[in-house]
Formats: sequence, C-alpha cells, structure tokens
Amino acid sequence: MNAIALPQADARPILRERGQHEVFCGLTGIVWLHRKIQDAFFLVVGSRTCAHLIQSAAGVMIFAEPRFATAILQDKDLAGLTDANEELDRVVSRLVLRRPDIKLLFLVGSCPSEVIKLDLSRAALRLSRALGPQVRVLNYSGSGIETTFTQGEDACLASMVPELPESLEGERNLLVVGALPDVVEDQFQRLFDALGIPVRFFPPRRSTQLPPLTPGTKFLLAQPFLASTAHALEERGAKRLASPFPFGVEGTTAWFEAAAKAFGVPEATVASVLAPAQQRAQTALGQVREKLAGKRIFFFPDSQLEVPLARFLSRELKMELVEVGTPYLHQEHLGPDLALLPANTVVSEGQDVERQLDRCRAAKPDLVVCGLGLANPLEVEGLATKWSIELVFTPIHGFEQAGDLAELFARPLLRRTRLMV
Amino acid sequence: MQLTVWTYEGPPHVGAMRVVTAMRGVHYVLHAPQGDTYADLLFTMIERRQVRPPVTYTTFQARDLGKDTAEIFKRSAREAYERFKPDLVVVGASCTAELIQDDPAGIGQTIGIPVPVVPVEFSAYQHKENHGASETLYRLVRACTQGVAKKTERAPGPPSCNLLGPTALGFRHRDDVTEITRLLAQLGVTVNVVASLGASPADLARLPDADFNVVLYREVGESAARYLTKTYGQPAVTTVPLGVGATRDFIKEVAALAKVDPEPVLSQVNSRLPWYTRSVDSTYLTGKRVFIFGDGTHVLAAARIATEELGFTVVGLGSYSRELARDLRAAAAHYGVEALISDDHLEVEETIARLHPELVLGTQMERHTAKRLGLPCAVISAPVHVQDFPARYSPQMGFEGANVIFDTWVHPLMMGLEEHLLSMFREDFEFGEGAGPSHLGAHAVKERSVEAQPAVVPAPVAAPSPAAQQPVAAAPAPVVKPEQPAGAVVTSWTPEAEKELKKIPFFVRGKARRNTERFAQERNIAQITLETLYDAKAHFRS
Repeated sequence: MNAIALPQADARPILRERGQHEVFCGLTGIVWLHRKIQDAFFLVVGSRTCAHLIQSAAGVMIFAEPRFATAILQDKDLAGLTDANEELDRVVSRLVLRRPDIKLLFLVGSCPSEVIKLDLSRAALRLSRALGPQVRVLNYSGSGIETTFTQGEDACLASMVPELPESLEGERNLLVVGALPDVVEDQFQRLFDALGIPVRFFPPRRSTQLPPLTPGTKFLLAQPFLASTAHALEERGAKRLASPFPFGVEGTTAWFEAAAKAFGVPEATVASVLAPAQQRAQTALGQVREKLAGKRIFFFPDSQLEVPLARFLSRELKMELVEVGTPYLHQEHLGPDLALLPANTVVSEGQDVERQLDRCRAAKPDLVVCGLGLANPLEVEGLATKWSIELVFTPIHGFEQAGDLAELFARPLLRRTRLMV
Repeated sequence: MQLTVWTYEGPPHVGAMRVVTAMRGVHYVLHAPQGDTYADLLFTMIERRQVRPPVTYTTFQARDLGKDTAEIFKRSAREAYERFKPDLVVVGASCTAELIQDDPAGIGQTIGIPVPVVPVEFSAYQHKENHGASETLYRLVRACTQGVAKKTERAPGPPSCNLLGPTALGFRHRDDVTEITRLLAQLGVTVNVVASLGASPADLARLPDADFNVVLYREVGESAARYLTKTYGQPAVTTVPLGVGATRDFIKEVAALAKVDPEPVLSQVNSRLPWYTRSVDSTYLTGKRVFIFGDGTHVLAAARIATEELGFTVVGLGSYSRELARDLRAAAAHYGVEALISDDHLEVEETIARLHPELVLGTQMERHTAKRLGLPCAVISAPVHVQDFPARYSPQMGFEGANVIFDTWVHPLMMGLEEHLLSMFREDFEFGEGAGPSHLGAHAVKERSVEAQPAVVPAPVAAPSPAAQQPVAAAPAPVVKPEQPAGAVVTSWTPEAEKELKKIPFFVRGKARRNTERFAQERNIAQITLETLYDAKAHFRS
C-alpha cells in the first residue's frame, strides 16, 4: 500500500454546538486506566454522584475491591478546606495501609472538588512527601466541567509526563502514547521489533517502569484524545510524528510508516514487515465490506475516536458518512484523518443533543453510533444503533483488530436482518 | 470524607429522576455539569425504558463558571418547556450545581413558564437516592393538591385507595403494582392513583379522592402518605404485603379501612408457598441460618418470611436504609440479633464472613460477596440490576409474590435429598466438594474456590455479558479473616482431627473449624484432637 500524503489542516466548516452534552465525564477513564496500570490506585475526591457514575459505567458489582474508590465529600468537608485536607490525609493513610500493593496513587479531581477549589496538586505533593518513596502521589482532574470522557485519560497521562525519567542512552527511541489493550500493545511491539525501531509504551503496565525520555525521543499518538499529554511531552523536547490514527489497514499502515520514516527504515523493509498483517486484515475486511458498503452512518459525540473511525468506515468499508460528531476536535492531531473524509461530510463539535437528535431523525441513517442513554430510545424509533462505549472498551487498533472493528458496526445491522419478531 | 468503593444508593437527584421518569407530563430541568447525564443510561439500559428520562441537564462547563451559569439554567428551562410542553416542570440541582448557588428554585419561579414549576432541593452532601425520591414525591403531591379542599363527604362508589411509593427503576415495582391492584380488586377496592408510576400531575391532584392510602415502599412513599393523612385525613395502610402472612394482614387492614369483608378473599388464598413449605422435601429448610441485608422495607419483610414461612433462623440482619433504623433495630431485637445499619458493603461482607450463614438474602452486592465466600444467595432488594427487570411477570408482593419468593430463595440451596446424600458420602471421590449442587451447573463450585478476586471487566453496567460474570484478572482482594481474639492460645490440629474435619460437608466445614477453634481457645486447649472436635460438636449442638 502506498504511503498517504499528509495534507495541510483541513479547511472544511465545522458545525459547533453548545447545549446539553450527553457524554460521560473524564472520571470514566478510570475504568480502563486502573486495568492498564496494574499497581496504581485512583482515588476520586468527589461526591456520591462520582461514585455512582463510576460503578454504573464499570459493570457495577463484579469486583471485590477494585483499585479505585471515591472519597465522598460531606457537609463538614465543605465547611472548611483545612478540615477537608486533614480528612483527605486521613482517608489516604487508611487506604495505603490497607493496600500495600499500591505504588502510585492518583488523586482525581471532580466537579465538586474543582468548584470548592480543593487544591489536589498541593495535597499530592504533601502526601508524596509523607508516603514516598514507596508510594508516589499524583493528581489530575477528571471533572465533567473540564473533561469529556476520554479526556480523563489525557489528563491522567499528562500528570505522569513530569515523572518520566531522563536518559541520554539509546538516543533514538519511539514512544507510543495512549492506553492500549495488552494484546494490541504486544502486536505493535512485534511489528516495531521487526522494523528495528526501539519502542516503549506509555502508560506502562507498571508505574515503576516509566519509559525514559531522551533528547531524540519521538512519539506516536495511539489515541486521538491526548492533546495535553502531547503538549507536555513536546514541552520536554519529545517530537510528535503526525499520522492518521492506527485504525483499519490504511490508518495502521500510515502510522507505522510515519515511525519508519522518522527512524530511517527502508521502504522495502516496511513493506515486507507489514504485508502479512495487511493481507490478513484485508481478508477480514472483505467479509464485512459487503454488509456495510453504501450504508449511511451518523456519529453522536462520545470519545473523540469518531473522526478516525469515520475515515476508516468511509474509505475501507465504503460507508456513507452523514454526520461525524465529536466532543472536541483537535485540528492538528486529527488533520491527517480529517483530510481523508469526503468533502460533503458534516463534522460537528460539541453538542446540543436535542438538535442533533432532530437532525439524526430527519436523516434516517442506517446506523447511529451513540451513547447508552440514547441507544434504546433510538432503536424504539426504528433506528439501528451501535453503542459507542464498546469502541473504547474493545481492542480495535491495528491490523489484527481491523476485522473486529468492522464487525462491531455490522453486527447491529445483521441482527436486524435475522429477527422475525 | 467517606471512603467509598461502591454505594448502595445513588445521589438524591437520581431519586428525583426515578419519580419524574415514572410520571407522565412532567419534565425535570436539572442544573448539573457535563457527565451527570450518565444517569439516563440507568433507565434506558437497566430498566430498558423505551424513551429517554424526561430530564434536561444544563451540562455547564468550567468556562461557564466565570460567566453566568444561571443564564444557562434559564435558557435550558425555557427551551425544555418549548420542546416538551410538559404539564409541570420540576427544577433542581445536582451536587455540583448545589455548590454554585444559582438558586434554580428561585429562577424557576421567575422565567415565565406557564405551567407549575416545582423546586426540589436536597442536601446532596448529606442525603441519598431514596431520600431524593421521597422528597420529590412529597413535593409533587403537595404542589399538585394545592387548593384541593378536604372532602366533607365521600363520593358514592366502591371504596378506593392510592398506591404510594412505586417509581421507575424500582425493584419489581412494575409487577408489584399489578399484583396488588388485582388483590385489591378481589376485595372490591379500586385503585384511585398510583404515585408516581404512571401518574400525571392531574392524577396527583385526584389523590385526595381516595378513602385511604397504601404505602408499598416505605422509603419513598411514607412522607407523601403522612402529608395526605395530615391534610386530607386519609389513613394509610402500612403493612407491606410481602409474604403470605403479611399479605393476609394487609388484606385485613385494607378490609377494615374499606369496610368490606376480608373473609371471601382470605378463605381462597391462592399461593403455593404454604403447601410447598409444609411438603416433606422442605424439611431440610428447617433452621437454615440466613443473613438478610437490603433496603428497610424488604429486609423487614424478609425476616418475617424467613422465620415464619420457611422455618429459617435469622442470624443477622441489616440495611442501608438509615431512615428505617428504628424499625430495623426493633425487628433485630425480636429475632435476637443485632441490626447492622451501614452503607459500607465491606462491613457487610465482614459480617457475613463472621456469621457464616447458610443462605444470604441481600442485594446484588451481597450476591457477589456470597459468591466469593461460597455461600448461596438470593436477591431481595435494590439497588437494581438488569436481572431485576425480568421479561416474565415476577412480583414480590401478594400471593404470587410469595410464590416467586419461595422459588427465588429455595433454589440456590442444596435440594433436600442431595444434601443428605452429600453428608452421607462426604469424601466420595466424585461427590465431594468438587461437585456442588447439580442444578447450579458445573461452574457453581469453581466460584466457591475462587480466592483471587474478580476484577472489573470494563463493560457497561447494563450489559452483563457472560464474560462480565466471570472473574478475570486478579486484583488483590480483601482477605476476610475469621475473627480471632488477640493474644489467644494458638491452636493446632492433630492430623487425625484435621482428617476428620475434611469429612464434614464443605458447606459447613468452615463453621465447624471456627467453632472448634473457638471452643478450644475458650478452654485453653492448645491442640485439637478428635475428642476436641466431637466435644465441640456436642457443645454447639446443645
């Protein structure tokens, strides 16, 4: 496959809306982050609503004692901030005593903690001094007033960037940034090994194995929602490699090629290393393409994955894009993907859910990608839906998952053709 | 600050949503930050409601805080009215909006919406979901009956009552209402209004027409009932018809208020529970040690059913419903146990581990706890799970509810004959602890021995895939240790005693081990022999 020319920033008009946002807040990211970083604990400093949100989003009660919890603010905590800090110290010491396996503790800010201006960065410093070096304490905000869904991961990773050690050895190294399922990470590792590119992944599986930054570190974003993390890495001198995101054969190829080019890997090597995986992915996609080709799809905003996924569905599966909604559009990071969207595709940023529902109903798409709050009501109205949260909780990156990713969109349509009741 | 890993109840505004979502013609404008819309999926996914909850969220963001969040609230409220044209608008704030003090209640009165605007305000840093539901129902009842005069004379027609308490996302509320409406019809009593499930504001205005009220779920319905008693002189039936005995009492209480004869209904009680529980196979239920935990209404009822209708022994009971703490403590005293009033599920887990009951009646959380501890469990109360909205008719209340309860509680237990065979053949090579109750399938025992705890499988709440039920990765777990008095004599077991212990059926072996060790420690016996084991057995038997 040929390399994709990376065009300049896209000039299409963006429909920007401000109204009711039907989205999760950044706290939700804890659900996958605590699985990824296996010695980290996430302590939300928030309200009962925060605790209820996380347990509702996390498959509720299937765990014994997970590595996340909420320190629920109560009336007396609101009365005086000194007391709130003392309370926080008390809660954290109890927690650390109970969980000696924890090496990294995140104090996660929430809407109420932001509004009362509880300074969690100072608390994190204070607690780090008290509990270090056994336990490091960092903080970030997953509040709904500041973050939408996947931005929680961005804030979390950005808070870890200052912790990355500096190293002069191994000048050339590549950092892949964004939490990926272990299975995907291992596949990517094998391909980078075959290309001869020294690669590290961030976040690491254990907080004690933070990848070092060297003066020559280059990084590839694996997720499209990491604006602050990328900025923090750039501040430390790392260089971002621009590329479409690694979804589908085209995106994954371009992504590896961006790395190969930066590391001077000969084109012939790249072609031969990627070819077997590309072929497998093409075969898998071929089976789904006939089910999806020509079908019209409408994205409600959710995870910021919408633009690269729409690009994949449009170019590799021949779907027709009606509207691609995203909570936030990072023009620079998403430039290469945006440039590959058809000219007539409506891209919307932000949300007024009622107006967007009106547009969706009027357009009568074949498939609607939306959150769980909207899915069943839309099915009742006769629209086929795909829950967007599954796109965040399922391995979808890379060549080997391209077929699975396509299948996620085909399944709701297939189901409808089967049911006779 | 309260360290919380998991909560039995959501925040109070979710309680308010349960009331307004159950109603027709009501819209809730909620001042709340982005993210609070997660609550919609509780209704659309867990309960599989076919329409979105009638809630408009202002979803303000940090950048709005410096400007005018109150303006966003006004605009959202006006737009919501224009779009949905409700008969009544409820306004309120979620926990964060409570802090920014925009006063949605005050604004609601001044924005010129031409229908009644009812403010509901909570102290979100103090109260919880059921309080929110109760307070919202009470506010709505008050608002809708405003100006409705107390009747001087009852209208002609059959006796009638209101059912108070049923809401959206309630534990079996849908089917309970159907069952109790049928039962009342048998008595010749009509249901005037169900509040809030299915009611419109106009329906709430008709509440005073009824002769009396029936409170089905005390946590939600009691405040409204008290108000109606005080204002309109309507008496309230407070016996909750859960279980055969309570349903019979309920019939009598209703009949007295309705001035009808209960005998025709009482004489043809159509529940299988009384016969099933007397059938010989049920003998094995006698004295089964049960632990009960859930909301106040269901726990109080379950304790009575367990003792009077199934012949169990209640070894512990508790509830997260602090508002019913007094009644729960009284009930506990009646059963000779102490009430655990707590919303900390780890404390509940510790209590269960310590008591080692033979059956746990609890919430979905206790179901998981029991699974870890290798104990049978049946779910009797909210918080709700997608499984609590079965496709089939499955009430808890009334005589059909008693049938459902009999099945639900008895099925997790070993069937009678099977239990006897198991204790006869103890260490039989294919019938030992590896086997487990045949009707629970091969996985039943595997779960028992899972010591590494199930981890979160990232899956949306409402999508319990089979995978989500399986413990996957291993997060470090709370190790619940049997209580051991500090400084006690260290006891060891002789090999023979240890071998003999293994012959005791696995489901009581833990209890036997603990009892024997306690027995030994109390007597300063350092080594447990065969003799000690049987001495202890005799001691605890007597």
